[in-house]
Amino acid sequence: MAYVAVKGGERAIGNAHAWLAETRRGDAAVSELEVAQIGQQLGLAVDRVMTEGSCHDRDLAALAIKQSKGDLIEAAFLLRAYRTTLPRFGYAEPLDTAAMLIRRRVSATYKDLPGGQVLGPTFDYTHRLLDFALAAAGEPPAPAPEVEAEAEDAVAPRVTELLSREGLMRREEDAAQEPADLTRQPLSFPAARSTRLQNLARGDEGFLLGLGYSTQRGYGNSHPFVGEIRQGSVTVCLTPPELGFEIEIGEIEVTECQMVNQFHGSRSEPPQFTRGYGLVLGHGERKAMSMALVDRALMAGELGEDRTAPAQDEEFVLLHSDNVEATGFVEHLKLPHYVDFQSELEVVRLMRATVASQAEPEQVEP
Amino acid sequence: MSEDLQARKRWMGVLAKASADAIRACLHTVPPLPPHTRLRGPETGLVMLRGRAGGDGAAFNLSEMTVTRCAVTLEGGDTVGHAYVAGRDRSQAELAAVLDAALQDAAQRPALLAAVIEPLAAAQAEARATESRKAAATRVQFFTMANMR
Repeated sequence: MAYVAVKGGERAIGNAHAWLAETRRGDAAVSELEVAQIGQQLGLAVDRVMTEGSCHDRDLAALAIKQSKGDLIEAAFLLRAYRTTLPRFGYAEPLDTAAMLIRRRVSATYKDLPGGQVLGPTFDYTHRLLDFALAAAGEPPAPAPEVEAEAEDAVAPRVTELLSREGLMRREEDAAQEPADLTRQPLSFPAARSTRLQNLARGDEGFLLGLGYSTQRGYGNSHPFVGEIRQGSVTVCLTPPELGFEIEIGEIEVTECQMVNQFHGSRSEPPQFTRGYGLVLGHGERKAMSMALVDRALMAGELGEDRTAPAQDEEFVLLHSDNVEATGFVEHLKLPHYVDFQSELEVVRLMRATVASQAEPEQVEP
Repeated sequence: MSEDLQARKRWMGVLAKASADAIRACLHTVPPLPPHTRLRGPETGLVMLRGRAGGDGAAFNLSEMTVTRCAVTLEGGDTVGHAYVAGRDRSQAELAAVLDAALQDAAQRPALLAAVIEPLAAAQAEARATESRKAAATRVQFFTMANMR
């Protein structure tokens, strides 16, 4: 038996949760945070919880953030738990990111490109100085300036497509196979690209950021460029079986990153660029970039590159990317292990006794 | 694809992207809709969103999203109205299903299109245009030798 049954904790647990509720609310003299305020004013936190909780619902994610006192991993956990209570209606058609209503679109590989460089509502170029004006509630800011868009700028072809047309970019293959679904089948190795992308899409941003950074610092050198980042709204389409035709069921915001990487070629393929891909819900630019770096690093095996770095090891990456799983296993250590530990105690005591008895000098008879 | 089907897909899409309040506001201008019977729902479930590797490659499962669906028939008819709408707003799904049933009736369609679908579509188009204009205002205009002269 691994655990001892623990009784007598009910009252302590009840009181602890009552105290949690009190601390969650904080000083009652300060007005209570509304879920709608979180949705509107902490939008990036909501995006992250939806992405890592792997469930698009802004209101639920905002509620989870309030309930978790702003602990975003706990909030993702709450959202994952909630989704298990709902039936699955079906699979949407793949999102068409080429048809995105663009809010932001930047490329680090081409200055002038069709559709142009659109900065969107970005933190880039801010000076990272604390803005004390925000500490004092005031009037809402003036609406952002608007400029009539030129017709030619409305079309923004993918940067990777421009390279593919010249034969300089490896084309993505589409065998039109049903992709793997981690919510239905557990992870197994070697993992298909669709499995890896689903795993990375809901993986922990911090973990992927660290791994992506490691590839830049030489652990699985991939020499990446941001071919393109685009952010904006895409339409979600579904074909319900009872209708038999495709309908639009809503619009969501996503961030996509195409990372362009060098590839020296192999016996079967000429030197060309390859791409790593990142796609996340909402405005998750850092996450999308990290995902694209790690996606490309995980292609090492397929491209015949040496797999030497942690980011190239799919078992290491995919088995440790999920923060809900990681939290579960790390945090279970604080649960009672009294019997486990009791046996370890006895073993250590026995070993010490043995060592001590061997070290004792033999009694010499006078 | 038949014209009727195309028209139906359009109104279903417009209703899916409109809030329940926005739909109700449009309904004030038309005679009340006939009573309806719920065949299914409104009920909330999940749809798995998909992306494509590299944007244009093989499909992969991205994340689930909440979706609410509803199916109804109107009194005195056997036409079934369907709705699938993103999110958990049951009243939006039910309104959309009732309107889908009513809009399939050629007699009611012109008035409902004019009073409900067109205003909602116009508001959605304007919201998109505003987004595009704000984005256009953040488009970088590089100064090059060519356009400085």
